[in-house]
Formats: sequence, structure tokens, C-alpha cells
Amino acid sequence: MSTQQKLIIIGNGMVGHHLVEQLVDNGGLERYQVTVFGEERHRAYDRVHLSEYFSGRDANSLALCEADYYAVSGVELRTGEAVIEIDRDQQEVVTDQGRYPYDRIVLATGSFPFVPPIPGNDRDGCLVYRTLDDLDAIQAAAENATTGVVVGGGLLGLEAANALRGLNLDTAVVEFASRLMPMQVDNEGGELLREKIEALGVQVLLERATQRIEDGEASRHRMVFQDDKVLETDLIVFSAGIRPRDQLARDCGLEIGVRGGVVVDNQCLTSDPAILAIGEVALWNQSIFGLVAPGYQMAKTALSTLTDGDTQFGGADMSTKLKLLGVDVGSIGDAHGNQNPGARMFRYLDPIKQEYRKLVVSSDGKKLLGAMLVGNNGVYDTLLQYYSNGIELPDEPASLILPQSSGAAPTLGPGSLPETATICSCHNVSKGDICASIDAGAIDLGGVKGDTKASTGCGGCTALLKSVVDHELEARGVEVDKSICEHFAHTRQELYDIVRVEGIKTFSELIAKHGNQDTHCLGCDICKPAVASILASCFNEPITDAAHIPLQDTNDTFMANMQKNGTYSVVPRVAGGEITPDKLIVLGEVAKKYNLYSKVTGGQRIDLFGARLEDLPDIWGELIAAGFETGHAYGKSLRTVKSCVGSTWCRYGVQDSVGMAIWLENRYKGLRSPHKIKFGVSGCTRECAEAQSKDIGIIATENGWNLYVCGNGGMRPRHAELFATDLDDEQLYRTIDRFLMFYVRTADRLQRTSVWRENLDGGLEYLKEVILEDSLGINAELERQMQTVVDTYQCEWADAISDPEKLKRFRSFVNDDRPDPSIIMTSERGQLRPA
Amino acid sequence: MTATALKKEIDMADVQNSKAWQKACTKDDLVAFSGIAAWLETADGPAQVAIFYLPGLRGQGDELYALDHHDPFSNANVIARGIVGDLKGAPVVASPIYKQHFRLEDGQCLEDENVKLRTWKIEFKGDEVWVEG
Ligand SMILES: Cc1cc2nc3c(=O)[nH]c(=O)nc-3n(C[C@H](O)[C@H](O)[C@H](O)COP(=O)(O)OP(=O)(O)OC[C@H]3O[C@@H](n4cnc5c(N)ncnc54)[C@H](O)[C@@H]3O)c2cc1C
Ligand code: HEM
Ligand code: SF4
Repeated sequence: MSTQQKLIIIGNGMVGHHLVEQLVDNGGLERYQVTVFGEERHRAYDRVHLSEYFSGRDANSLALCEADYYAVSGVELRTGEAVIEIDRDQQEVVTDQGRYPYDRIVLATGSFPFVPPIPGNDRDGCLVYRTLDDLDAIQAAAENATTGVVVGGGLLGLEAANALRGLNLDTAVVEFASRLMPMQVDNEGGELLREKIEALGVQVLLERATQRIEDGEASRHRMVFQDDKVLETDLIVFSAGIRPRDQLARDCGLEIGVRGGVVVDNQCLTSDPAILAIGEVALWNQSIFGLVAPGYQMAKTALSTLTDGDTQFGGADMSTKLKLLGVDVGSIGDAHGNQNPGARMFRYLDPIKQEYRKLVVSSDGKKLLGAMLVGNNGVYDTLLQYYSNGIELPDEPASLILPQSSGAAPTLGPGSLPETATICSCHNVSKGDICASIDAGAIDLGGVKGDTKASTGCGGCTALLKSVVDHELEARGVEVDKSICEHFAHTRQELYDIVRVEGIKTFSELIAKHGNQDTHCLGCDICKPAVASILASCFNEPITDAAHIPLQDTNDTFMANMQKNGTYSVVPRVAGGEITPDKLIVLGEVAKKYNLYSKVTGGQRIDLFGARLEDLPDIWGELIAAGFETGHAYGKSLRTVKSCVGSTWCRYGVQDSVGMAIWLENRYKGLRSPHKIKFGVSGCTRECAEAQSKDIGIIATENGWNLYVCGNGGMRPRHAELFATDLDDEQLYRTIDRFLMFYVRTADRLQRTSVWRENLDGGLEYLKEVILEDSLGINAELERQMQTVVDTYQCEWADAISDPEKLKRFRSFVNDDRPDPSIIMTSERGQLRPA
Repeated sequence: MTATALKKEIDMADVQNSKAWQKACTKDDLVAFSGIAAWLETADGPAQVAIFYLPGLRGQGDELYALDHHDPFSNANVIARGIVGDLKGAPVVASPIYKQHFRLEDGQCLEDENVKLRTWKIEFKGDEVWVEG
């Protein structure tokens, strides 16, 4: 049956490939038989991360799909075959290998680097920076070179300069304009950028127009500038802007913009409705979009156009945030303030820390129109929220760019999140939905949960939901009770202080002395686990002791995570992710013997699932005999310290990240805290352990360790922030001691470090003052408290299996030996799973 | 089988097997302010029963509670492993899986008025724990 139309996609770059994915995923292949031509020999790859080719990634790992993706999906991909002509009369596409009929064409030919018309620009060793082949050529040329020059000090030029530096060349950047990155930053920002980049050993030459390139004396080439100054170099990379690859379109008579680019409408149609154009080759509303995200939007639009949908392309936000040569640069909206007459500007410049921030604000001071950041992108996300959601600015907009300690506005709290912000992703509940529920009569958290289902899925949004609900209730004049629950008129932090100060060691004593008089003395599932955690942080008595056991969540009671069918998971500690073959074998043998589903976790250890309650003590007996100890995967406590392999094996490593990870994991294991805590330790800046997504992230430097804090993965990812640099081993753990104890002391229940940090008045600066400068004078005390926890550590499972009283609970039925007959398993991929 | 037929059979069973007191466990098996589970052959067939022990709460009579071990929200037998507490003056247990609260006295779910756990009469006979079912 040949009702299928022939669709030809020209260009297998990032955007062309995205269109293929869209077609494959959305049934486009039922309608079209698709052929893709790619001039490059590689299948589509991630150009955005091209530079990583020099830091160890290869063509395969940069590729955007598996090698057989096209074949499996039924799309014909012809790499290494450039289209040389579009014959619109015959409706054929021409390559040097043949002619191919079409019904529709999508042009996704991207752009090429502009090489200024300078005599000598075609000499050997004059290169560009766009494709994998370009990078191969640069690498080859760099082998016999000692110096390199990049022509062009824009975004890509600086990225190329970084690459040359990485190839051990003495590197210079030559820019025609009077500052670096003229498109993104202003004079002040450019000046700061120059200082920072020169400090990295890259020479910056501004206002230099190259007149010609000729033979050099000391080096291969000599560049001659307008004032007859010269610069000698072995290698030149041109990065003077990009131009759309619109030649095919010109040749066949499609409408082209004055300065190039194939003109398209909101449906991505060119002047010939049989032909579409997307990505960097397309000119929409007089603009070329040199970023990948708008290209992807165009690809989605093209899919819709090809399948008679009505999605329109409506332009795209060009805000960007990057790290160039290790320097933060951010640009939002109208960063120069020259597109909005009457706009006002706020500027902040710190010559010592080398930070520059600028706000472009509407004439009435209410809306953010643009922003520019150099040296520190910390406030980028907040500013972007203001900009893209049109949130009204605070009375003092300048507070947004002032350093936090001088009374600046904190980052966006729940109040300033837009109505559209998703709060609960399991049930797709937005802030607007929550407000609607409150307006419809919900008067507390429970009511909102009941209405919207928010936080009833994975529960990961509990804290965020609470802060939004509290805020909205307060905004409506409802007095929000900050008490932890109906049994105590105190916050978690107040309870913590009471326990510490009065030395209260049991829940019953606490509730007798400080509980609400008008309730019974039982507590509930909110206050009991919270108090259990506080008691453990302070005194570290085994959580299964008789006085504490009724307080614990079931996971802590049975020291295992309850799964949805009532069985448990078993997770022994594998500190730093390092494990001997013998121990691996034991894990395998135990899993086999007790019929457990086995899975390697993101935390670099092994979970064994499906353990029956009555088997837990035997399983742990065997594990402990083999030298394992509990992994606290069930507790609000230290989970894992993830590590990369580090200097012992890795050729890039500068410190022993595994050794440090193991040491830290052993130091903090067993620490009970308001929520779980994860660490990561990487052996160098390549950051293979993804430490910046952890509560505590540690990255090795030549001189020691950089410490990052308050990161988070999971459902609301947050990059950890740099807290202290070049610490030696002892400084490192002492800083962490203080940091963690301060968190344990001041956080709300179930508040991760990231949320705690965001709600902390004074923010990171305040935290630094407390932890690094001891502004509260509590550091010695915090260190002492942590040392107590470290000194009193004992494996809870070892403690439990040596105590027959504690083991009594590990029976499905007190009066019957049978296991729970309703637990039924089936098998999947060779292992058990709940039926 | 139609719904009416089913209902009839249960009614019949009720009539035929009258409830009787039986021993579930001893005081030693209980965990104060928490729960344990027992397997009982009741008049309505086998049942997994969660037994909670709140010593000295409100005089002798109110120390023991027996309710269904089965959690209707997760379909797992886990109620005895929940946290015991009190809400609005009544002792409750929170399901360890999705955290709904059930009143110990009558099994009523506080979050959903249509859900109620079965309960049994329970009391100490000396050091033994007896349940009627
Ligand atoms: C070093 C570098 C860093 C970048 N960093 C970022 C970043 O951080 N963020 C961001 O958003 N963007 C970044 N970009 C830009 C981003 O890569 C582009 O916006 C994106 O790749 C554009 O996709 P495209 O498909 O339009 O073009 P391309 O990815 O260039 O693909 C076009 C493809 O078409 C092929 N082609 C051209 N003509 C023909 C023909 N006649 N026949 C067959 N094939 C043909 C080309 O060989 C090419 O493979 C970066 C670019 C570079 C070079
Ligand atoms: C009932 C709920 C959950 C259980 C039982 C659970 C359990 C676990 C376990 C056992 C691990 C392995 C870590 C380790 O080895 O110690 C893990 C890892 C992880 N969990 Fe969960 N989790 C739960 C909910 C969540 C939620 C809600 C999120 C997101 C908000 C989350 C995000 C993660 C992430 C990102 C990791 C990987 C950590 C890493 O890479 O180090 N989990 N979880
Ligand atoms: S982070 Fe670790 S594994 Fe990755 S390159 Fe650096 S030392 Fe090697």
C-alpha cells in the first residue's frame, strides 16, 4: 500500500534529529516514509556539549541516539551524503549519489561558522569550531603547536579558547569589539569577564581587527592588526559568528532574509508550502535562534504542520546561563535594556569578589525586563521566574542583586511562585489548584490534600506543599499554627532545644512536661517520629529500645523499608560504593537463599527486595557475620556517600575520592536527621560522582577539597552551592560536622537541606557566617555534639539480633509460625516481584 | 453468583457459626503503645488481627484493641505495624503505607467515612489475651 508520502529531512543535526524523534513517537511514520540526509559522517550528536569531546567523550557517547535507532524505527538515514540541489519542478532532491523524489521537505541544515574575509584565512592551521571533524582537525594541529589564537570573543569563542587551553596551548582571544561577549554583556560586565579570563592565563586582546595572516617567524602564522601590531601563533580558530546554511534554499528560489536565513511563518513553512525549515537555518520574524531549545520547539511545530495539527511557533526566550572557562555568565530577556524605551537599570559591581549584576526593570519598577549576571549565577533561577512569569518585583528591586547578608530579598519563596508552578508532580497539582482549593473552603493542609490529592503520591512534595498552603492561608488572614501537631504547641526546632537543654531522654517525659494539657498523652504519627529523630540525634540510643520503639515509623521499627505489599527491603551499607568480590558473593548468596529481588541503587549499593518480616533477622544475621552493617536506607539519616573512582585509578583524579567517601560515610553513618542526607565525592572537576546534586558535595582540587552544600536530586533538583574551597581533610570534616549539626538543630521535620537552605533567612551568606566565621559562637558545641554521635555509633541490626526481646517483633503472627499467606509474588525478567 | 446470593450466604454463616472467645496470645507478646498481629480462626473464617496495647490509658477496660490487620488502601496486611496515637481525643493507628488513620475503638477511617475496619472484642484473662471471634 503506497498511500504514504515521501518526506525528506535535509540535515541530521540536533534539530533535524529531534524532528525524527517527534515523528517516531507521534505516529508520523504512518503517514510519511522518511529519508534523512546528513552531510557529516556521524549520526546526529550533541553539539551543545561538543567541547566535552576534548575531555574524554567520544562520538558515540555524544550521539543523540543508539546506533540502530534509525533502522529500528524504520527511518532511512544517509550520513555522509550532502544534498546539493532541490529541484522544485521535478520535486526531487539531488545528491552526488542520485535523485530522490519528495512530497515534503524539511530543511534543518543549521549554520556554518563565519570566517572573516581576511587574506590568509585559508592557511593550514586556520580552523573553525562547529563539528566533530573540526575538533579532530584542531586536535591534530595542536600536536605540534605551542600557541593558539581564537578570533572572536563571543560565547563560542570563549568556549573554543577553553578547549585550546585544555590542549595545553598558550591561548589568546582576539575580539573586534571593545569587550568580550558583546552580545550578552555590557562594558562593566565585559571588563569583569576580561579580568577573570586573564586570571586564568588566557590573553585577551580587544578592539583588534585582523588585516592579514602571513608566515610567522617564531610560530607558523603571524596575524597583522589594523595598527600594524602583530601576534604570532601556531593555530587559529575562527569564531566570529554563525551564518545560516541557506544556500540550497537560495538556489531554488525560496524567500531569504536580508542578512540570510530561510524565511518561515508560524507553522515553519517556507515560501513554498511543500518545504519547511527549522533550527538555525530558519528565520522567523526577522530572527535566527542560535540555541537548541527554540530549535526543538520548531521541530514540534513542524511535526504538527506535517500532520495537520495547529501548533504554532511563537518565538522563544533567549535567556541563557553558562559557565565559560569556569566563569558564570547569565543573560535574561532584554539584558541591555535597549529594547524597552523607558526601562530603568540597577547595577551591582563587586570588584573584590568579581561579581557584576544588572537588572533591567520596567519604568514603573514593577516588572523585570531583563538581567545580566557575571561571576555568579546564584540568582539566575529566581530572576528567570520573575521574568518569565511576569511576577511583580519587590518594592526594592535592587535587593534581588545585592549580596544576601546586606538585607537582600531571599530567593523566591512560596508566595512568589507563579500560579502555574507545579507543586505535586505525581498528581499534577499546580499552585493555582491549591489556591482554588483554599478559596473553595479548605482550611488546612489536610483539606487541601483531600481536595487536590497533592502529596498523596510519592510524598516528595510534602514540605513544599506545606509551605505553599501556610503561605496562602496567611495571605488570607488565617493564623497559621506553626505547632508540629495537636500534641505540642512547639515547632520541631523548639522541641529540639527543649530536649537538648533539659536533657529529656524519652517521649513520655517530653509529652508529660511539654505536651498540650487538653489532649491525651499518646502523641501521633507526626510528633512521635519527629521526637524519635531528635532523641536519636541528641543521645543516639538504639531506636529499637523499648522506650523508643513505639515512636518509630514502621521502617525504623523493623529497620527495613516497607514495600507496597508489606514486605521489606534489605540494604546493607557499602561505604563509598566500594565492595570486595567476597562480599558481593555473600550478597548474591543471601539474595538467592531468601528469594530476594536484587537491584543496584543510585546510591551505589545493592537493594534486596521482598524480604518477609520473619526472615529479616536471619538475613541480617548472615550479612553481619560476613562483615556487613545496616545501611540506614530506612531512616531519616545518612544514606550514602557516592564516589567516583578517583586518583587511585582515574587518570584525571587529583585526590583519593573513594578513600574520602568511605571515611566520611563511616564518620556520619547512623546520624539521625530531619530528613535523609546524601553525600557525593568526586576526584576532580569532571564530577563523575554528581556531588553537586547532593546535600553535601565534595570535589577534589589540586590543593584539597571544595565543599558544596544543600544540593538535591529527586523531584525538585537543586544544585549544591559552593561553600568553602581548598579545605584540607581535617577542615573538611570539621566544617561538615558543624554544618550537619546546625541543620539537625534548626530544620523542620522532613525538610531536606535544600528546602531548609531556601527558607533560611539570610541564605548562604548567613550560613557561611555561622559555620565558617562562628558568628553565633556555637561551633565548638556543634562539633562536640557531632563527636558524641560518632563515638556512640552502633549497628542497629547487630544490636537487635543479639537481643531476643527485640526479635520478638519480627514475627508475622505472634501465635502462628506461618508467613503472611496473602503475599504473592510472580516473576519478571528472571526475578521475583509483587503480584 | 449474584450479589443477593452472596449476601444470603454470609447471613447464613452468621447464624450457623456463633462467635466464641479464644486465646490469641499472652501479655508477654504485646508491645506497649504499639501493635502486633495474630492469626485467628474466627466464626467468619481465618482472620489476621492487629492487637494494640495502651497500658494505663483510661483505666483497665480500654487498654486492648483488636482490629483488622488488613489495610484496605494498600491491600497489604500491615495495620499492626502502624504508629499509635490520638487524634481529636480518640486513640488511632496510622497505616504505615499511605498513612490514613483508623480509630482503635471502632475501626473508623478518619480520612474516608466510607471505610471502616472490622473490630473484635478483646480482653485480658489473667496474663492471657482473649478475643471474641
Ligand atoms: C561549541 C558549541 C556550543 C554550543 N553551546 C550551546 C549551548 O550551550 N546552548 C544552546 O542552546 N546551544 C548551543 N549551541 C548551539 C546549538 O548547537 C545549535 O543551536 C543547534 O545545534 C542547532 O541545531 P540545527 O539542527 O539547527 O543545526 P546543526 O546541529 O548544525 O545541524 C545541521 C546539520 O545539517 C547538516 N547539513 C547542512 N547542510 C546540509 C546539506 N546540504 N545536506 C545534508 N546535510 C547538511 C550539517 O552538516 C549539520 O550536521 C552550541 C554550538 C556549538 C558549536
Ligand atoms: C517510599 C518512598 C521511597 C523509598 C522507600 C525510597 C528508597 C530509596 C532507596 C532505598 C534508595 C537507595 C539509596 C541507598 O542506597 O540508600 C533511594 C535512592 C534515591 N531516591 Fe528514593 N525512596 C523513596 C522516595 C523517593 C522520593 C520521593 C524521591 C524524590 C523526591 C527519591 C529520590 C531518590 C533518588 C534521587 C535516589 C538516588 C540517590 C543517589 O543517586 O544517591 N526517593 N531511594
Ligand atoms: S571525577 Fe573522578 S572519575 Fe571522574 S574524571 Fe575526575 S577523578 Fe576521574
